[in-house]
Amino acid sequence: MMFLYATILIGIAGLIVLLRLLLGPTVSDRVVALDTLNTLVVAAMLLLGAYYERAIYIDIAIVYALLSYIGTLIIAKYLQGGLT
Amino acid sequence: MIEYVIMIFLAISVTFNMLGSIALHRFPDVYTRLHGATKCTTFGTIFATFAVILHAIVRLKETGNPKYLQMALHSAVALLALLLTNPVGAHAIAKASHMSGYLPKRAVVDAYLEKRREKRNE
Repeated sequence: MMFLYATILIGIAGLIVLLRLLLGPTVSDRVVALDTLNTLVVAAMLLLGAYYERAIYIDIAIVYALLSYIGTLIIAKYLQGGLT
Repeated sequence: MIEYVIMIFLAISVTFNMLGSIALHRFPDVYTRLHGATKCTTFGTIFATFAVILHAIVRLKETGNPKYLQMALHSAVALLALLLTNPVGAHAIAKASHMSGYLPKRAVVDAYLEKRREKRNE
């Protein structure tokens, strides 16, 4: 049961981060908020996998972590001046 | 007994994730925000993974179901992926935002900017 409470609290933290994603004055602020949100989603996915006792959720967390890393790198390369 | 250890790990995880998300609103600059948010959420997620691994080991000893062994091993793989990829992503964001012209606000010395100017003048 405590895993569910921890997931709800991490969801509230994600909502606070989402506010910065919407408000952010520059593009870099939004990218930082998106990176933080991806880490929080990985943590919530791990805790939900422990709460429902299903191992497939943890596989989803691994794939989400690797895909968010690739997305962050591509957005950073785009900010540096083009994808060429 | 081991339930309390899992509870302490979860409390550390939630506290650091909350502090990291509040740091995004309290700091004035991209670089300081990156510093606060990335470190705190990485530390918090490491402790969430520890809690899941401990829970899976306890359930494996109680029931003997191989599902829990799979859960523990895959949580360790997720921890490894997070540890390897998260600092590299933060470094890439910091370098990209410096290259695209968002300089640190109240900085007295910016050694990277001087290095880039020297490289441009050569």
